[in-house]
Amino acid sequence: MTDESDNIIVIRDLCFKRGEHVIFDHADFDIPRGKVTAIMGPSGCGKTTLLRLIGGQLKPDSGSILFDGQDLFKLSRNDLYELRRTKMGMLFQSGALFTNLSVYENVAFPLREHTNLPEAMIRDIVLIKLQAVGLRGARDLMPNELSGGMNRRAALARTIALDPEMIMYDEPFAGQDPIGMGVLTELISLLNKSLGLTSIVVSHDIHETASIADKIYVIAQGKVAGEGVPERLMEDNSQLVQQFMNGLPDGPIPFHYPAQDYFDDMMGSIES
Amino acid sequence: MIERLRILGRSGLDILAIQGRSAIFVVQSLYGIPSFRKGGRLLMEQLYAVGVLSLPIIVVSGMFIGMVLSLQGYTILVKFGAEQSVGQMLSLSLVRELGPVVTALLFAGRAGSSLTAEIGLMKATEQLTSMEMLGVDPLRYVIAPRLLAGFITMPILMLIFNVVGIWGGYLVAVDWLDIYEGSFWANMQSATSFDEDVMNGIIKSIVFAFVIAWIAVFQGYDAKPTSEGIGVATTKTVVYSSLAVLGLDFVLTAIMFGDF
Repeated sequence: MTDESDNIIVIRDLCFKRGEHVIFDHADFDIPRGKVTAIMGPSGCGKTTLLRLIGGQLKPDSGSILFDGQDLFKLSRNDLYELRRTKMGMLFQSGALFTNLSVYENVAFPLREHTNLPEAMIRDIVLIKLQAVGLRGARDLMPNELSGGMNRRAALARTIALDPEMIMYDEPFAGQDPIGMGVLTELISLLNKSLGLTSIVVSHDIHETASIADKIYVIAQGKVAGEGVPERLMEDNSQLVQQFMNGLPDGPIPFHYPAQDYFDDMMGSIES
Repeated sequence: MIERLRILGRSGLDILAIQGRSAIFVVQSLYGIPSFRKGGRLLMEQLYAVGVLSLPIIVVSGMFIGMVLSLQGYTILVKFGAEQSVGQMLSLSLVRELGPVVTALLFAGRAGSSLTAEIGLMKATEQLTSMEMLGVDPLRYVIAPRLLAGFITMPILMLIFNVVGIWGGYLVAVDWLDIYEGSFWANMQSATSFDEDVMNGIIKSIVFAFVIAWIAVFQGYDAKPTSEGIGVATTKTVVYSSLAVLGLDFVLTAIMFGDF
């Protein structure tokens, strides 16, 4: 276990329920500073929920989330916004660009809102960020004129506009063609190294994620099923981790949604 | 039996919870109104979208309602030989009742529904969440300017509706039905009091503006982030706003003009 000061985020005893459905059941996570940490697991296991909890958009039922030693849920609304403004960035699965603004204006948005920089400097920063994601030439396009991959890259440029310390990526590879996937994998890794960021990547694309991650958490059934460097996880003895890493259709995570006995169900009468 | 009671209690609690949420929401939005330097441009955009774009429907409706009122009023009043009072009837009906109420209903249908759909869609496409993660409070950036634009524009639209309505009524009464122009205006002027009639109409309109803008932005913000959810929220905005306007109109009229 690493020293706690090496971890930008420390999550302890996290419990979170949605209605009757338990998403996290006393789960612990440590996100190391300056590394790429991947959160993996089957669909619906709570990966995106974890990002929303770290972003302070959802409150856990119990447990603590420390960001740089500060308990997120003891912060005032203003302090939480300040933290998001200065330290956190999040790339959404859909990109979530503002549809009424051009790509340029989308990237300039956080700069205009949070700084009093002169227009010339805003322009320089926006072009640098767009150059980093390869979209300097697309700055005048509107979000509806971009492909899915370009949309996500433009959103990434907006996320890094204020140089956050940590970026959370929500399913960055979902629905991407192989080229788009390669570009995004490369970008995440490059940005992490060159900007000295901490990255959290939520994904279920095992190979792409394993190729850039320094640490992987596999979560399933509300708990951490496995954690460690990618190589170690590939050889993990846990059946659950093996099922996920090897993509087996059935195993500890059942193929079937819980239901009554098949025979009884077929022979039963239609409920009115 | 117990189950029915439970469902009744649960739905009562849900309704109270929504009321509470919407009250906190509107207070936080009003508290978060940005300074004019930062928010001026946002407010201007919304004044245009909510107010200026609602003008055509307000002007056209005002015109026709004024014309119909004159025509209907004339056909009844002429039986009593009181057709010279058309101006009086026209101005009192418009200024006291039809101006505030019809403007509010049209505003709910035109601007309220579009506010709800716009905010709901921003929520469904995660634009509001991404704004939060960029450290920008959507209540301040998205909701407050829209709420404020609703408050400001609706009373102005109501005044425009009244003016156009009276002009429409004038065209029918004076130019078509040959009512003497002098008595049309003189009767109107002597019967309509600025303090009682015009001001009460404006107060009504301000109350309706507050209620409609509140319902519209809250329904959008609270919508389920699905296409069906946005449809339901938009419908709710129009239905709730219309019912609230009609109900409040009765209460306000009773307070303002009731003799007790």
